[in-house]
Amino acid sequence: MKSTTLSYRIFPLGDAAVTVDFGNIIDKSINQQVLHLFNSLQNDPLPGMKEVVPAYSSLAVYYNAIDVRKKHNGSMTAFDSMSAQIKERLDQSLTDIETVSKLVSIPVCYEKELAPDIEYLANAKSISVDELIRMHTSKEYRVYMLGFLPGFSYMGEVDEKIAIARKPQPITVASGSVGIAGRQTGIYPMTCPGGWQIIGRTPVQLFDPGKDEPTLLKAGDRVQFISISKDEFENY
Amino acid sequence: MDTVQDLGRYGWQHLGINPGGAMDKLSAQIANILVGNDPGEAVIELHFPSSTFFFEQASLIAVSGADFSATINGEEVPCMRPILVNKYSILQFHRIEKGARAYLAVHGGLDVPLWLNSSSTHLKAETGGYKGRVLQKDDEIGFKRPVDLCSLLGKKEFEVLPWKTDSNWGDDNHAKEILVLPGHEWERLTGHSKEIFFDRAFLITNQSDRMGYRLKSEPLSTFTNEEVVSSPVSFGTVQLLPNGQLIVLMADHQTAGGYPRVAHVISAHHSRLAQMKPGDLFIFRFTDQQTAEELLTKQHQHLLQLQNACKFKLDELLNACN
Repeated sequence: MKSTTLSYRIFPLGDAAVTVDFGNIIDKSINQQVLHLFNSLQNDPLPGMKEVVPAYSSLAVYYNAIDVRKKHNGSMTAFDSMSAQIKERLDQSLTDIETVSKLVSIPVCYEKELAPDIEYLANAKSISVDELIRMHTSKEYRVYMLGFLPGFSYMGEVDEKIAIARKPQPITVASGSVGIAGRQTGIYPMTCPGGWQIIGRTPVQLFDPGKDEPTLLKAGDRVQFISISKDEFENY
Repeated sequence: MDTVQDLGRYGWQHLGINPGGAMDKLSAQIANILVGNDPGEAVIELHFPSSTFFFEQASLIAVSGADFSATINGEEVPCMRPILVNKYSILQFHRIEKGARAYLAVHGGLDVPLWLNSSSTHLKAETGGYKGRVLQKDDEIGFKRPVDLCSLLGKKEFEVLPWKTDSNWGDDNHAKEILVLPGHEWERLTGHSKEIFFDRAFLITNQSDRMGYRLKSEPLSTFTNEEVVSSPVSFGTVQLLPNGQLIVLMADHQTAGGYPRVAHVISAHHSRLAQMKPGDLFIFRFTDQQTAEELLTKQHQHLLQLQNACKFKLDELLNACN
């Protein structure tokens, strides 16, 4: 990993968390910086840290303000203390951590009855359904972050030719539904209201509370969708 | 809607698993402390109309937070007091006197499994707490460490113990002022919108629940519509929705969001906010990081004092029954 000068801003997220912001854009290399800091803090937590939460281009460090203040006998705010320690971490170690990213193949059935919005999307973008499926399965996607629901992964970026706005109102979406919103694609790990345009469904379980690692995907993973038939879906 | 909650499930937001936990964590801790538990033990969070509880064995309980006019076997009992309850007693709640959420703690804790180190109910994931769901008629919850308290009560149905906590210490629950810190997108608000933010009362609408409170006011507007890329949000984050109204994120908030963050309710006022309900009005007031942390520290110190006082009295009491 080459050494680069990082550009970032640190600001409070209330009085119990700090945000580190690497730039308000969706970008692979910026997300990589977020995950480097995330991994560094997961492996070697700062004193008083409660947890660290990565997003697209920013990350939050939650802390116990009372514990952090105690260290300084109240002479410094917990926010200032955490900010200084995070800056220090960013200065020293972010160049030598290699993130391991796994490639996960996810079978998806794009048949109409499991893909309520696939014809709408194809029509809106003036392409055939087959072409849409080909485009969605033609590349690897990066898992930028998890959020919204346990195990819900925000992946990108889909080809501009199949990018589409989300629905004006969320409607009930079945568990395993694969959707598109803008240039993002994602999978609903459970049945719930959702606004993404649904183009297929996977038989794979994205979230299992009984497992030590309850989600199939993690930020930084790569995903390849593979088209399967209705028959394969049902007998998966 | 009654659920089992504790102080939340931290360490899993990177997988999209939000911390949840009690809406009013201060009151949840007080209930536990009054009955001699670790402050982070699982409690039952009650919303009115709430469940009625039948005790199959004697127990030491406390109800904190909202006042739902509790009775045991039809006789009124106070909030914020430890109460010895004999077996076959019935605890009921009759009306909302004050607040929005009450917490029921039992000595020794509730026998519910941990999921990812927490007993909080995660309703969306349908796991954690009591079977991952809202409590229903005929559910039976065991006590983790049952203590034989019968000898203390003799033939009495219940006894309110003499020690208590001042329900308003460190924070006046009647106050309708919520202190906030500026959010990262605060400066996006127009001058007029900033005036509205500080000068007007905000109404908590019916579209308010454990995920968040939707507020109503004259609509606010911003200078720019530049998109905010989804970024972490927290309990107390005040976001501006596209319709110009605000939402305050509460215990079951999502882990990240893309609406402008105009402010954050300070941790020391989460409890106050959690005891407000639809129809209530409040005003926002800015404070600074230092003050916010000092107020939180004060709350924490008060909890420690209460814990020491209760522990001493409880040890005396429990020694008498062994």
